[in-house]
Amino acid sequence: MRIVYYLNQFFGGIGGEEEAGRSPEIRPSALGPGRLLEQILGEDSKVVTTVICGDNYAAENAQAMIALVTEAIKEAQGDLLVAGPCFQAGRYGTAAGAVCAAVQDELGIPAITAMASENPGVDLYRESIYIVDSGDDVSRMRDVLSSMASLGTKLVNQETIGRPADEGYFSQGKLRSEFVAQTAAHRLSHMLLSKVRGEFFEAEVPIASIDATPAPPPVPDMTKATVALVTDGGLVPSGNPDRIPRAFAKVWGAYPIEGMESLRSGEYEVAHGGYDNRPVEEDPHRLVPVDVLREMERDGLVGKLHPEFLSTTGNSNPLENSRRMGREMAARLIEAGVDSVILTST
Amino acid sequence: MTAVAEAVGSNRIVQGQGIVNLLGDSDLPPQEERELRKQIVRKALEALATGPTQ
Repeated sequence: MRIVYYLNQFFGGIGGEEEAGRSPEIRPSALGPGRLLEQILGEDSKVVTTVICGDNYAAENAQAMIALVTEAIKEAQGDLLVAGPCFQAGRYGTAAGAVCAAVQDELGIPAITAMASENPGVDLYRESIYIVDSGDDVSRMRDVLSSMASLGTKLVNQETIGRPADEGYFSQGKLRSEFVAQTAAHRLSHMLLSKVRGEFFEAEVPIASIDATPAPPPVPDMTKATVALVTDGGLVPSGNPDRIPRAFAKVWGAYPIEGMESLRSGEYEVAHGGYDNRPVEEDPHRLVPVDVLREMERDGLVGKLHPEFLSTTGNSNPLENSRRMGREMAARLIEAGVDSVILTST
Repeated sequence: MTAVAEAVGSNRIVQGQGIVNLLGDSDLPPQEERELRKQIVRKALEALATGPTQ
């Protein structure tokens, strides 16, 4: 296995913070952690190129650094890129994550790095690359490199990668179907008993963590504001022109209501498999209140009702998907000059 | 389902009438139902014009 190794100025033996501005240097052999990795991997593997780059240089010239490393790995005909371990060093972790992701995406060459869970590089790149959990103790270098060596070898040989907890890398948020001996009822009972006993257990569907969303400031004057209606309750014109599915929707639609006093029943249907659609199909205003907002617009309580409503189905939708649709919807509304949104959700 | 809205970090949440009848009530006469809808929408407009307290 031919390995290309990325190190910062500190682990590359050039110097500390005073050398953090150093531009990349290429060496034709292993250095520092690379030597230890060679020992762990044995005779069949060799670090053929080491790139050493100052942390500040990498942070300020990310594209140049990445271009140089990808060029180096092509030239060296490398099989694997190894970066770090970075432990808690934030700039180092961010650079290692970026370079691993780029080499993997652009060249299709596997890459591996390691960081402590607090390292900002973890959240930035954990979903796209394999990051071994190094912890923050630099004296564990050999253990961490052993995990990286094992995972890196599997990646190069295209072997099946085990679960994060077994292989020691940060979860990538992926779900994989597996055959298991016990039924769901059995497994759940075991989990519950472990939980009650205060013992370790691992959920099969981890709950995604959600970052706090900063609250937008209040609308200064509703009587001058444009209000848009958005729903994840699946209201669509009859015939469902955008073919929004009743669950796992990846698409959303925008439907005109300009000049309409109300939404006529019979002209809309509901594409949502998560609730009894009959009341809304009988009267769409039970989900998208065009009738009262039109009245409020006339009475001057709101400036203007936006001339289309946006709709999708928030049923069994993966968070990433919902986030993407939310961003797309927000972009369309902002472009149209909308000041405020009422999102109706079932 | 306001618990879901809270869990995903929504900042301004107004409780609707129910899941299948978010802004209405199939059991009410049409005029009263519309009045109920107006009340809920008005509350939403007030929330939009108010800063979060936490």
